[in-house]
Amino acid sequence: MKKQTNQLIKQTTKIKFKHLNFWYNGKQILYDVTLDMYKNQITALIGPSGCGKSTLIRCINRMNDLIAVAKAKGEIRYNDENIFEKEYDVVKLRKKIGMVFQKPNPFPMSIFENVAYGLRVDKLKDKKKLRKIVEDSLKKAELWEEVKDRLDLSAFRLSGGQQQRLCIARALAINPDVILLDEPCSALDPIATAKIESLLLKLKKEMTIVIVTHNMQQAKRISDHAIYLLNGKVIEYSQTTQMFENPQDNLTKDYW
Amino acid sequence: MVNETVRQNMYFTLFRIATFFSVLILLFVMLYVLKEGIGVINIKFLTSMWSHRDITQGGILPAIVGTLFLGIGVAIISIPIGISTAIYLNEYAKDTFFTRMIKLAIRNLAGVPSVVYGLFGLAVFVMFLNLGTSLIAASLTLGCMTLPWIITTSEEALKSVPLSFREGSYALGSTKWQTIKKNVLPHSMSGMLTGSILGVSRAMGETAPIIMVGATFFMAYLPTSVFDKFMALPYHLFILATQHSSPYSREYALGTALVLIVMVFLLNLGVFIIRYRLRRKKDW
Amino acid sequence: MMTYLQKFNHRNLKERLIKLFFSGTSITALVILISIFAFLFITGIQTFSEISIIDFIFGANWNPTAYAEPAWGILALVVGTLMITIGSLVIAIPLGIASAIYLAEIANPKVREILKPIIEMIASIPSVVLGLIGILFLSPLIAKIFGLSNGLNALTASIVVGIMVLPTIISISEDVLTSLPNEFREASLALGSTKWQTIRMTLLPAAMPGIMAAVMLGLGRAVGETMAVLMVAGNARAMPFSFFDPVRPMTANIAIEIKEVVKGSLHYNALFAIGLVLFIMTFIVNFLSDLIIERQARKYKW
Repeated sequence: MKKQTNQLIKQTTKIKFKHLNFWYNGKQILYDVTLDMYKNQITALIGPSGCGKSTLIRCINRMNDLIAVAKAKGEIRYNDENIFEKEYDVVKLRKKIGMVFQKPNPFPMSIFENVAYGLRVDKLKDKKKLRKIVEDSLKKAELWEEVKDRLDLSAFRLSGGQQQRLCIARALAINPDVILLDEPCSALDPIATAKIESLLLKLKKEMTIVIVTHNMQQAKRISDHAIYLLNGKVIEYSQTTQMFENPQDNLTKDYW
Repeated sequence: MVNETVRQNMYFTLFRIATFFSVLILLFVMLYVLKEGIGVINIKFLTSMWSHRDITQGGILPAIVGTLFLGIGVAIISIPIGISTAIYLNEYAKDTFFTRMIKLAIRNLAGVPSVVYGLFGLAVFVMFLNLGTSLIAASLTLGCMTLPWIITTSEEALKSVPLSFREGSYALGSTKWQTIKKNVLPHSMSGMLTGSILGVSRAMGETAPIIMVGATFFMAYLPTSVFDKFMALPYHLFILATQHSSPYSREYALGTALVLIVMVFLLNLGVFIIRYRLRRKKDW
Repeated sequence: MMTYLQKFNHRNLKERLIKLFFSGTSITALVILISIFAFLFITGIQTFSEISIIDFIFGANWNPTAYAEPAWGILALVVGTLMITIGSLVIAIPLGIASAIYLAEIANPKVREILKPIIEMIASIPSVVLGLIGILFLSPLIAKIFGLSNGLNALTASIVVGIMVLPTIISISEDVLTSLPNEFREASLALGSTKWQTIRMTLLPAAMPGIMAAVMLGLGRAVGETMAVLMVAGNARAMPFSFFDPVRPMTANIAIEIKEVVKGSLHYNALFAIGLVLFIMTFIVNFLSDLIIERQARKYKW
């Protein structure tokens, strides 16, 4: 059961879920998910542990492909193309849809090389260009001032919050259209969390953001749209302000 | 990016070929020895004494017996000491620079060439302790050679038991030995035993050390005491292949090789089965 | 009131005895291991009372049984060992790393479970058997391919020893790759790289220290291989100049000559000296590879 409330502003759909059903190892995780995610908006996925939020977001850039026993039925349309089509170029998809993980996972390389990684994958060799893009990305991720003098240092020397911003910079470097964040602040302290939240608000002007969070205050603070997921089913999705002040579904009411 | 995917497929195909080539080597060796050596195998071959003048009249029983005796001797000498040392190093010894150096030294000794152990055996057991070239000298020599291997693999088996098991036991008021006996050994014993069996089977296949400490090509009788010389499959096969003049020596060498491979293979298979069944039982 | 202060009771005594027992066996093991070095050293070092070390190490002629002027230089033997070691690694390293990558990253788990033990079984084939196949099958083949009179040379020996070293390299490299955290793979793929790019740009560089250690262990085994080389390397004492020349590595030399020497003679001591050289070489190689592995574990703290 899902309820959608009227939108007052005209919005472009970036990602559209159409009756997506998803199984892990024979067990169904997602049931008939149909929803839209809008351009230049922050969409939050909320719900209790184990409800399928991570699975859902990992479908968008087909990271679930890495697990052999995963099966999907239904469509996810990105720029109005179904990403589950047989001939769909997954590698290209991931260059346009970036991901930041729950636990920061920098490469065992220097800060510079971490951010430049995606560019090197694309065969960019021009040193000047590389440096410029690395600097821009680190600035967008609000990490530049803290690391500009030590770009050659190992990424592991940074604090948890800094590492996570590094991972954001790394994702930004290849100029994605959409950024997916899977509980990016769950391993961080409140100050680091605040830094990331503020930079996400700035980023949404240039890209579409989808964030999984178990922290409802965070969803309230930064998201434009919220999706409430329970046991793999979308219970309610609407504009955030609407959902928190005037939840339609009883289950939603119960959750807060 | 079509280019990158094409490149990936190319490399991955190469890697696939490389792996199957490696596998093929083993299969080739097994099949070659099987095909060429099976002709010689019959009851007479396996159960008669070696006939020196006309080898087709005899068999390799003494070599089989010799290798078996050697295996038993090595097992007796190296397994108890090896496992006990591993238990001491892993469970009792404090983590000091000294003990770490000892462990390092043992790991490295596992890599020293077998000829060198042969020389050692010659100098100590044959000459210094005056045991002469004999079954006991060879068992002691190969035992010393196998010891570092058994210590190393046993240590790894002990390390694989999680610390939490031990802690739980101590927290209930057990002594150290009780903990080891009831919590650590049951889980690591099969690992230690399989490592030991592999070590012994390696020793049974060795030739270089036993050349200098007791193996002979021809004996008219089976060894009756540990001070006797003995025949052994690897050495027998070596002489047949390189120095023997009979027109049948090639086939007999292959037949001997087949028997040796089957012996080693059976031991390895046993280890594999034990490990496989163990991994299914493990619930941590 | 019961006191917990017990200086002496049966349980304590039993524990102490058990600990004593175990430490006793360890001391036995330690004694054995020390005396290996000691005996080698004592016997080998006597050589140098009669021959100079320089002549020993750098002399190109090894001819201890020559009637007129016995020569004691092991250089040709050392070169033989080095040639076979390098030759075998040239074969085993590419094959080994390629197979390790396939097993660790590409093959599906069921295939891996079957192939891994098969490859490890190669390691348990006795070297005499490989030497036998070398003599009967490989060396005539090499002779035919290259038009030589016989196939007993450094090339054939390198191939056989390469086969023996292969499982070591595959096994350890595969373990190193598998132990790399999955986070690296995920992060790389999420940035739009292919699997091969992930392997090439992240996994292999991170695994390099461990793979190097595997190579060094393989190197140690190659240096110490005796029987297979004895049977196919040709065993000529002259200094080899190409891989088509017969060679006599140090290990084979010891095995060949030890049966003919008079115990206690200079020749006998000299063979022990060669053994000492081998001992030191392999000890250094194995020591280095252990250090590399420990350094890697510490450096990346994952």
